[in-house]
Amino acid sequence: MAADTPGHDWLDMDAGPVVRPYTVTGGRVRPATGFDLVAFVVAAPLDRVDLAPLQPEHRAIIEVAQRPVAVAELAARVDLALGVVRVLLGDLLGAGLVVSYEPQPAAALPNYDILQAVVNGLRAL
Amino acid sequence: MDSVRSERPGAGQRIPMALKILIAGGFGVGKTTLVGAVSEIRPLQTEEVLSSAGEDTDDVSGVEAKTTTTVAMDFGRITINEDLQVYLFGTPGQDRFWFLWDELAFGALGAVVLADTRRLADCFPSVDYFETRRTPFVVGVNCFDGKQLHSPASVRNALDLDPDVPVVLCDARDRQSGKDLLIALVEHVAKRRVVAA
Repeated sequence: MAADTPGHDWLDMDAGPVVRPYTVTGGRVRPATGFDLVAFVVAAPLDRVDLAPLQPEHRAIIEVAQRPVAVAELAARVDLALGVVRVLLGDLLGAGLVVSYEPQPAAALPNYDILQAVVNGLRAL
Repeated sequence: MDSVRSERPGAGQRIPMALKILIAGGFGVGKTTLVGAVSEIRPLQTEEVLSSAGEDTDDVSGVEAKTTTTVAMDFGRITINEDLQVYLFGTPGQDRFWFLWDELAFGALGAVVLADTRRLADCFPSVDYFETRRTPFVVGVNCFDGKQLHSPASVRNALDLDPDVPVVLCDARDRQSGKDLLIALVEHVAKRRVVAA
């Protein structure tokens, strides 16, 4: 849009004070496949990523995901809506800059030993 | 530990297994309080943007005209050990966000349904939902201010619960009480697994 257009029609009281959430994805709302709430994502080491061509939001994700982090927690820490983070993660996955580890499907839920470990862990808290 | 230099991000890093537990119940019943009481981190919030956008929309046309609503989901985390983490998700209280429950419930280990005996009907939808989905759950009867207005047995009757569903008196503000609720749930899940096997 032309910067010198007089009176931005859309910039009125109703537009609100913040950038619309999906602006950072260029309007893309298609959910990337995968990226469960508790899938863990890990990014490539910062020193091996060329950050220059990336959006600030992509960079923020890479920084937070230097250590494995669950998608829900990642979204909270970069302060973006879940759907937005999923689209951005899809970009990074496509670029080979993150890896995602999806949780086991419901059918393969934890065996008795793991459940017992959870109970013991909770008791020990 | 020496790690082989690899192009694959995350190579050599330990990836924990995450279990998901839902904290459900009516609006204002103490879901966020319970998450906060047992979580090792201050409860975090993640937002989902609701919009009428089609799944296949891939351009910006029309986006600016859409009305969006955000719904916040509170969650917390408990680290059991370096390979095992439990995530607790508070479900959105309002009925119009039911569709989000499906994502939350997908792959969940089980659920805690918090009940307030002064407004017992508020937890009916949660109980229905988990029964229909066959998601294991326990009912936590939140005793506000230590007041126990009804016995677990009467709550069980009022909710018409299956006999094997645990009903536990609790105080959502109390860490130990919250832990007991989660333990009751995981033991319930384990028991069902043994019976099913």
